Amino acid sequence: MFEYAKYLRLNKFPLIWCAGCGDGIVLKAMLRAIDKIGLSNDEITMVSGIGCSSRLPGYVDFNTLHTTHGRAIAFATGVKIAKPEMTVIVVTGDGDATAIGGNHYIHAARRNLDLTVILFNNNIYGMTGGQVSPTTPVGKKASTSPYGNLEPSFNISGLAQAAGASFVARGTVHGAHMLEKFIEKAIRKKGFSVVEVITPCPTAYGRRNRMGTAVNMIQDLKENAVTLKKAAKMSPEELEGKVVTGVLVDIDKPEYTEEYAKLSEQLKNKVGVD
Amino acid sequence: MGMRYEVRLSGEGGQGLVLAGKILAEAAAIYDGKNATQSQSYGPEARGGASRSEVIISDEDIDYPKATNIDLLLALTQESSDKYSKDLKENGILLVDSEAVTKLPEGNFNVYKVPISEIARSKIGKVVVANIVALGIIAELSTIVSIDSLESAVLARVPKGTEELNLKAFRTGMEVAQELLK
Amino acid sequence: MQSNQKDKVQVITGNEACAEGALAAGLKFFAGYPITPSSEIAEILSLRLPRVDGRFIQMEDEIAAMGAIIGASLAGAKAMTATSGPGFSLKQENIGYAAMAEVPCVVVNVQRGGPSTGLPTLPAQGDVMQSRWGTHGDHPIIALAPHSVRETFELTIRAFNLSEMYRTPVILLMDEVIGHVNEKVILPGPDEYEIIQRKKPDVPPEEFLPYKHTESCVPPMVSFGEGYRYHVTGLCHDETGFPTNDPVEIDRLLRRLNGKIEVHRDEIIDVKEDFLDDAKIGIFAYGSTARSARRAMLLAREKGIKVGMLRPTVLWPFPEKFVRPMGETCSHVIVPEMNLGQMAHEVEWATCRNAEVVKINRVDGEPISPQQILDKILEVAS
Repeated sequence: MFEYAKYLRLNKFPLIWCAGCGDGIVLKAMLRAIDKIGLSNDEITMVSGIGCSSRLPGYVDFNTLHTTHGRAIAFATGVKIAKPEMTVIVVTGDGDATAIGGNHYIHAARRNLDLTVILFNNNIYGMTGGQVSPTTPVGKKASTSPYGNLEPSFNISGLAQAAGASFVARGTVHGAHMLEKFIEKAIRKKGFSVVEVITPCPTAYGRRNRMGTAVNMIQDLKENAVTLKKAAKMSPEELEGKVVTGVLVDIDKPEYTEEYAKLSEQLKNKVGVD
Repeated sequence: MGMRYEVRLSGEGGQGLVLAGKILAEAAAIYDGKNATQSQSYGPEARGGASRSEVIISDEDIDYPKATNIDLLLALTQESSDKYSKDLKENGILLVDSEAVTKLPEGNFNVYKVPISEIARSKIGKVVVANIVALGIIAELSTIVSIDSLESAVLARVPKGTEELNLKAFRTGMEVAQELLK
Repeated sequence: MQSNQKDKVQVITGNEACAEGALAAGLKFFAGYPITPSSEIAEILSLRLPRVDGRFIQMEDEIAAMGAIIGASLAGAKAMTATSGPGFSLKQENIGYAAMAEVPCVVVNVQRGGPSTGLPTLPAQGDVMQSRWGTHGDHPIIALAPHSVRETFELTIRAFNLSEMYRTPVILLMDEVIGHVNEKVILPGPDEYEIIQRKKPDVPPEEFLPYKHTESCVPPMVSFGEGYRYHVTGLCHDETGFPTNDPVEIDRLLRRLNGKIEVHRDEIIDVKEDFLDDAKIGIFAYGSTARSARRAMLLAREKGIKVGMLRPTVLWPFPEKFVRPMGETCSHVIVPEMNLGQMAHEVEWATCRNAEVVKINRVDGEPISPQQILDKILEVAS
């Protein structure tokens, strides 16, 4: 069996996450992916913003940076550019990355900076007590949408794709093995990569919307998940309420730090002319 | 206190007054070994609007870098002449572009009216060098900076490949001024 | 002038001197966002940094630029950003983070008129208090204010040195006059200034406490990737760097963070004193306003009025030790500022109101002229 302990700060356990939260499944899938690639603890910097998922770096034995709300990708940009040999992984949530941090998210994708963003989408602001988020579905209740949410939600994988990401995949915590593969591919990809993970928040979202237990919510994820292949044959009406999983984008294009290094070399070889 | 000479170059944004001021300051500071500062004031837009560039030349350290008691004022537009002539000292030199400035400010000044932009256009073939023509005139009207230093400063500062054009503009300005001073 | 010296004479702006100073201090990472009147700093560094193995990036906004320099500094690069009032407001969130997580970095603010978009191209000194208290919570900060192009070069280097030495964000508080004035300078060579690097731990990783309470209040610092894996957070944390709610640990942390500046106050503070020995009227002036004040002082002295001047190059921590004696020897202390009296309040308490503090304030986008200060001196003297 895979030994998770070598990557964990076990003295920081128990985890802050509620019973039934899907975040632990993502943590484990991520550690298995890292191990498969063979990265050592020192080679990884893990950066997060604010929220439940953003507490993850506290539990892993890497160089860890827990930043301000929405700004993880901005901080990570500095780390990556100053130390391009470092594997920089950003752990963030739907509110953190696409509401307060939306600008950083799309611009890092546009730049194609070699970051891996693992985006925990639980459709709610969990840590602050269940406020409506940019991915809360229309009609769902939150502490700040007590009559049901009026706002259409973001397709956050589509957002990364449109902004120019090199790799985008969507999975759910029900498909943990698929998730592990997506994360592995995302880290290996030279360029901006996003893995959107649909994960339940039974405490702040499920309970308010009468979605049953955590187990029920994960079962729902299983039932609602359709692969890309299957989805291609379905009508928009049939896709309503479904979660399309799979690798949405996997392309190769120039990566920011590599392009900058090339420019720097050219300039240094050019003597004294502006 | 020691010598302090104040120059204000005024016109509108895009006329190259900041560059002209910088050349004047470099001529005084780098080539003549004096102290000099150049500062500017402009609106938020990159082009148009009344604009001014000020040069202070002194034998001593320059504390206040803005002009308050001006020895020489260049005005390339009516608006700048109206707006920026109030600090010109009595008997100070007022150099205006005679095609643009038709109404002179009231006061007891040494006024020189020269169609600066027209000279740049007809004699040099490029209106953009009006700033350098003006520097040539200023070099003669005021003896604060040596001609050699100003020429060197012009050549060091203008874009590569335009040295000859700018030198011609500068010397044309000098000749115009020599005529005026006869 | 000798020819070799003549070669070194330059006529450059404060913004250019700031960029040069940063490079001289070892800047390796700059992140910025376009804003008048500071943009030239970014423009110069975009040209220069890739030639010296440095990195420049224009971020999507001011907040991101501040976040990026903190990330780069943690990865071991000397890092800086430059902005003006509106951008400085946006950076406050992460300036607080840098103070809390003790990340060395330099934030340049070339002040323009405010509040809000205000006067983009005109000078002001309205961000003095924002430099001190701009981010929420009690936090340490150092702010420097140059009054000339050469001093901008020197204080930019000092800003890096102080940030490395005390692991704190340092604000270089310029103003539009200094940012844009072209001035004759001979910049000092590398053997004429000292460059300070952050102190590294002298213990192995397993014994390393990233936020250890030491006598100097400044814990040693390692970069990410050097084998000392640790946790950095903006939450209140204990010596290990992990979040804590323990009141004892929180109190200890907050007192140490602020104590860093208090303990080293005398080493940080720097003032220039002029004619204060026999002065009956004092002037307290900083930044470009100090230039007008100096001229006014010299003009007044020609008239036989005994005026002296105190010019702090470090605004925060406030140099009360030097201001207090002015209250004892001077009848009046004149404080000219391009704001409505932000430092005057500090001078009032620091002089214990022994002297009358006389304010000269301008917020119309025009600098305070020497004449305006001279008039006030004459009024006070009569």
